[in-house]
Amino acid sequence: MTLHDRKLATAHMAVGLAAFGVATFMALMQALSRANLDLPWRSARMYYLSVTGHGVLMAIVFTTFVIMGLGIAFANAGLGRPIRGPKLAWLGFWIAFVGTLAALWAIFVGKASVLYTFYPPMQAHPAFYIGLTLLVVGSWVWCGVIVATYLDWRREHRDQPVALSVHGMLATIAVWCIATVGVAIEMLAQLIPWSLGLVDTIDPLLSRILFWYFGHPLVYFWLIPAYVIWYTVAPKAAGGKLFSDPLARLVFVMFILLSTPVGFHHQFMDPGISAGWKMLHTVNTLGILFPSLVTAFTVVASLEIAARLRGGRGLLGWITALPWGDPLVSSVLLSMLLFAVGGIGGAINAAYGMNAVVHNTAWIQGHFHLTVGTASALTFMGASYWLVPKLVGRDLELGLLAKVQPFLWFVGMLLFSIANHITGVMGMPRRIYEASYGDSPVAQSWEGLTLMSALGGAFLFLSASFFLLVMLGTVLAGKRNEQPALEFAEPVNGQLGARTVLDRFTPWVVVAVVLVIIAYAYPLMSHLQMERFGSPGFQVF
Amino acid sequence: MHVDFYERVWMWGAGATIALFLGATAFAAYSQGRLPPSHIETIDPQAVWTDQRFADRGVVANSDGSYTVTMIALMFAFQPNEIRIPAGSPVTFRMSSSDVVHGFQIVGTNGNTMVIPGYVSQFTMSFDDPGEYLIVCNEYCGLGHHSMYGKLIVERGAQ
Ligand code: HEM
Ligand SMILES: [Cu+2]
Ligand SMILES: [Cu+2]
Repeated sequence: MTLHDRKLATAHMAVGLAAFGVATFMALMQALSRANLDLPWRSARMYYLSVTGHGVLMAIVFTTFVIMGLGIAFANAGLGRPIRGPKLAWLGFWIAFVGTLAALWAIFVGKASVLYTFYPPMQAHPAFYIGLTLLVVGSWVWCGVIVATYLDWRREHRDQPVALSVHGMLATIAVWCIATVGVAIEMLAQLIPWSLGLVDTIDPLLSRILFWYFGHPLVYFWLIPAYVIWYTVAPKAAGGKLFSDPLARLVFVMFILLSTPVGFHHQFMDPGISAGWKMLHTVNTLGILFPSLVTAFTVVASLEIAARLRGGRGLLGWITALPWGDPLVSSVLLSMLLFAVGGIGGAINAAYGMNAVVHNTAWIQGHFHLTVGTASALTFMGASYWLVPKLVGRDLELGLLAKVQPFLWFVGMLLFSIANHITGVMGMPRRIYEASYGDSPVAQSWEGLTLMSALGGAFLFLSASFFLLVMLGTVLAGKRNEQPALEFAEPVNGQLGARTVLDRFTPWVVVAVVLVIIAYAYPLMSHLQMERFGSPGFQVF
Repeated sequence: MHVDFYERVWMWGAGATIALFLGATAFAAYSQGRLPPSHIETIDPQAVWTDQRFADRGVVANSDGSYTVTMIALMFAFQPNEIRIPAGSPVTFRMSSSDVVHGFQIVGTNGNTMVIPGYVSQFTMSFDDPGEYLIVCNEYCGLGHHSMYGKLIVERGAQ
């Protein structure tokens, strides 16, 4: 990688990992608070402020900045050329960074405890909405820069399929650009003017529709880069090859198609949306399980190749031959394991009857800490062990901590997630400061499990601290070293020949937009034609 | 595109699993009427307290033996906060919010709906097991969110 792009990628990674670091402190506090463990500074105001900070920092700031950093590194390495428009790329970084600071300011002074879903008519300080909008605008600049770099490469390589790592990143960008239209409209047409007092009232259901139009593909924005690492980086680090390159491309294309027209599955319990449209989104939701199931096969097969090349034997015995001591490989393996559980949970969430039982309960926090909180986050931590030394030109420090960290996360997450899934089915809501409900007997039955969740939180916190120590140690004290280039797994069947339809993006994006229109145009139109009444803002925090 | 034999088998299996899930959901939805609460009706959230539809809050027995429960969700309580209904009869819940978004969940059942200002939520269910149920607000609604709860008492049916 060129020095400039290394710096650019490092800046993005640094902001992302710093956000993660701050959010872990809040995470610990929340997990303890839920178990009613009395901490000296514990209060409802602090709790909801903290959940807002944790949600925004983890789900939006950490993920977006790390993905932007990975995108820059993958584009540079996979296309074998520096990023097009470096000045513009830095401008995008600064826009996103300043936006992030503005939103965090509003959160930490207590003017925006509206959680990372910011459902109106709960109303935050305008800086919160404007800041998050700037973060998205900065990410759009990043999208433009990566796409421009790719188009330059294309002009010189007319018939050649692009490296899979770049293909996956371009799919990520396609999903993100389609998705963010929803939240941009919500921000610009509704939340910002309303929070500035330019309009008096807001339609909360329209906001929810726009938010979840964005909110579900957001999940795939987190997940596709993790898949890219599973497909291209992990098999290489384990000493193997990619089992099927064309299928991986099919998977990424399917994500472009199906990520967005599914948002109503977050609104099954909402009034004002007809059951028929909810059903259409359910069909798509189940459809999007398919690419993930294919990924499970291909990635496991690729790792099996690696293990057998290392002398692994037996039907399942090969698993022990994998390099579990390599923090990247173990992070990916453990992420996949927990993601399998999360995926089953996701299919359960999509079933109407079950959704009515678990909607907005602790089950949901158990679920998404397996998906974004592990499949994405732990994979990104693993990728950081691999990438950051190469970006800063230093050897990984504190290797022992790095070795145990993924396992600590795994154990912590098992405790945390199992406990929350169970309390969820038992009816404990999510997003609550404490769970005693006037000492109701049902609430008392949750108690042992909330302690188990708190214990899991402590393990997770320890694991996150190890990770951050390794990163700090590497950047500050790692032995300076000319680091080798980024390497990606080769397909078993050799490099691909000619470009196929799976390597083209424009037609798929067009189909995706058509699917979005089918899924949303009619419900939105009929929504806008109803007689509706706005709500004034409430600041209740 | 060359696809390995085992992978092909896996893909068919994946497709079949998804079809099965879909079939189960569609079956439950359309032949057993298990659809999520999707009532469409709007209301002025600033006038909920004076709206005719919400004037008679509480439980009303209908002539066909069913019951209607009308409630307002507000920061940080349900109005009324305690409901008594007989076991076995269909109960239609109707509610709206006079301030922010709330949730309504009857713990231990699949009675669950969002309560969104400007909209009326409505769903029907019946309770077979007499007893006392906890109702919680399951959507963050401000500093008192965790103390927003109510009680549903299912009484042994008169019949
Ligand atoms: C350090 C380990 C972590 C612990 C102990 C932890 C703990 C928690 C707890 C207890 C809550 C529940 C708040 C509530 O509903 O009352 C929560 C919420 C959440 N967490 Fe984490 N978490 C961790 C890591 C992560 C990671 C890595 C991510 C994503 C990248 C993440 C994303 C979220 C999100 C999006 C919420 C939802 C906030 C909301 O409901 O508004 N967390 N976390
Ligand atoms: Cu979703
Ligand atoms: Cu609430």
